[in-house]
Amino acid sequence: MAESIVRLEKARKAFPLPEGGTVTALDGIELEVARNEFLTLLGPSGCGKTTLLHAISGFVELDAGRIFVDGDDVTERPPHKRPVNTVFQNYALFPHMTVGSNVGYALDISGTPRMERDSRVGEALEMVGLGGLQNRLPRQLSGGQQQRVALARAIIARPKLLLLDEPLSALDRKLRQAMQIELKTLQAELGISFIFVTHDQEEALTMSNRVAVLDGGAIQQIDTPRAVYNNPANEFVASFIGASNLFRGAVKGNTVVTAGGDVIQVSVDTTSMNQVTALLRPEQYAIANGERDASAAYMDVTVRQIVFTGAGYELHGETASGHTVVATIAAAQQTQVANAETSRRATLSYDPAAVHLIPASGGKP
Amino acid sequence: MSGPSRRGRERAQLGFLLGPVSAFLTIFLGGPLAIMLIYSFLAPGLYGGVEWQFYPHNFGRILGFADPEFEDFDPVYLAIFLRSVRIAATVVIITLLVCYPAAFQISRLSEKRKSFALFLITLPFFASLIVRLFIWVLILKKTGFVNLTLQTLGIVDEPLELIYTEGAVILGMVYIFIPFMFLPVYASVEKLDWTLVRASQDLGASGFQTFCRVIFPLTLPGVIGGSIIVFIPSLGNFVVPAVLGGAKTLMLGNLIEQQFLAARNWPFGAALAMLVMSIVLLLLFIYVRHETRRGDDAPGIR
Repeated sequence: MAESIVRLEKARKAFPLPEGGTVTALDGIELEVARNEFLTLLGPSGCGKTTLLHAISGFVELDAGRIFVDGDDVTERPPHKRPVNTVFQNYALFPHMTVGSNVGYALDISGTPRMERDSRVGEALEMVGLGGLQNRLPRQLSGGQQQRVALARAIIARPKLLLLDEPLSALDRKLRQAMQIELKTLQAELGISFIFVTHDQEEALTMSNRVAVLDGGAIQQIDTPRAVYNNPANEFVASFIGASNLFRGAVKGNTVVTAGGDVIQVSVDTTSMNQVTALLRPEQYAIANGERDASAAYMDVTVRQIVFTGAGYELHGETASGHTVVATIAAAQQTQVANAETSRRATLSYDPAAVHLIPASGGKP
Repeated sequence: MSGPSRRGRERAQLGFLLGPVSAFLTIFLGGPLAIMLIYSFLAPGLYGGVEWQFYPHNFGRILGFADPEFEDFDPVYLAIFLRSVRIAATVVIITLLVCYPAAFQISRLSEKRKSFALFLITLPFFASLIVRLFIWVLILKKTGFVNLTLQTLGIVDEPLELIYTEGAVILGMVYIFIPFMFLPVYASVEKLDWTLVRASQDLGASGFQTFCRVIFPLTLPGVIGGSIIVFIPSLGNFVVPAVLGGAKTLMLGNLIEQQFLAARNWPFGAALAMLVMSIVLLLLFIYVRHETRRGDDAPGIR
């Protein structure tokens, strides 16, 4: 595929453990990133996402498999000969150099003429909103500013691919959200492909063109944020991304019956399936008004706790069989919430058509 | 409200803690130093002791304005002085070349091996310096270990002149001062953040470029610290030249010792000692200035 900027073929890497044996960090990864794409690698710690990033930048040597960047096989190339730059988790700014020298580092190494170098350093700093701070030292900057310097330093050599290793994890929430939008804008402006590593699913959903969910060194699902959220391929993806209520059970006509006897109404084609896991997102629930609608389905729960979240309420309940259910209730349903709070009981309604079914055997719970 | 009183209390505390050591240093370091400084400007007595009159020619004998009444200027002292500087500088360079790579190797060992390696490096401190130096005499002398081995193997016919040479002095000092160089160098190498090395490579720098631009500048404080700690005692060292250098490799330390003990020319010995000390102080002053500037924030900060 000519349009792909990075391609990994059967990438495999295992690390020896100090107590003997090995741990598989990459288990035959196949991955393709398109030109100008913003791909996020999402997964819990130890899922292999950082190893995957380091394999692309060249800091981890693969045991098997090949890596292509822009059509060239770079598997054997050392890091400094790959057309790839990285924004490191803790920024890794050179503490003994000014902001200007940090940003201009790649140009100084490649011997770019002084005039061009200076104007490009200025441009790059301007681009991340730090114009005029050339002569500061990194330690004189705030965390957010250091983050921007790291970004400017990584894009100045116009790499074909920018790798970002959890670059926002050290920032506070507000700044992080602002930086998410900025990064996205910057990526569109530069026309460089980004591979962004994070364990924060909200970050992944907000920023990416595609999300690759990793676990156990393998890609569990790679798709658009919406598809990953709405149609998770397996239980791992369903439970890792967003909050989820999962009901494992057997298909009986238009229902899924769990081992405990809970019945979930569905209105999708279940003919090809036998054992499934039904996924209901918390926001798919509402508290029923009392009058019943034929197109909706209902679930009776005992209320354990109701938490006010500002934008609404979070209801934690239990079904008759003891299955935990989490439901997000809109602020408009204040009266119903009050009733549920006093009676400690509620009937939750949901749309059977919106229930997503995951075939059994897929992934761990 | 509690501001001045608290500051006062802190001052009192500080005085209490620093008092004894300050008094000790004033009496037993400051006093003798003052005496030496005064002596260095007095005329030597005919049979030892001093004549109480101002006499700048002690320094003159070394630097080129000798007392015109008694002697012509002899550059021998200046030569000894320069030789001492050269030997000390050589010792610094060799210990650095040995310790710098070793520090990197050791910093990458597992915690357990690391502490064992550090233990080995500090081990010589537990044995007497004189004993360790005389072992080198046994190794280097005409009928010593090296010469015997070389002769037995038929590599040389005549024993080599190993001991009582400048080389032997340098070897002995390198041997003694390696731990002094290693510890500060190791401390700064250990602190080095390896993600910075990765960042440099990621930005296109080769291993050599990364070394010149990132690794060396960041470990420089340890290199400078170690160099000063080795240079200062090397410059004034008199034990090593006395044991391994013989009469031919006279260094400043031996010269000073001779002036005080053999020639009984205390003013001249004091002048030599003051000169050595002023060089040392100058070096320390430059180093401290450099360090404070590093610690301070550069211009531009609010």
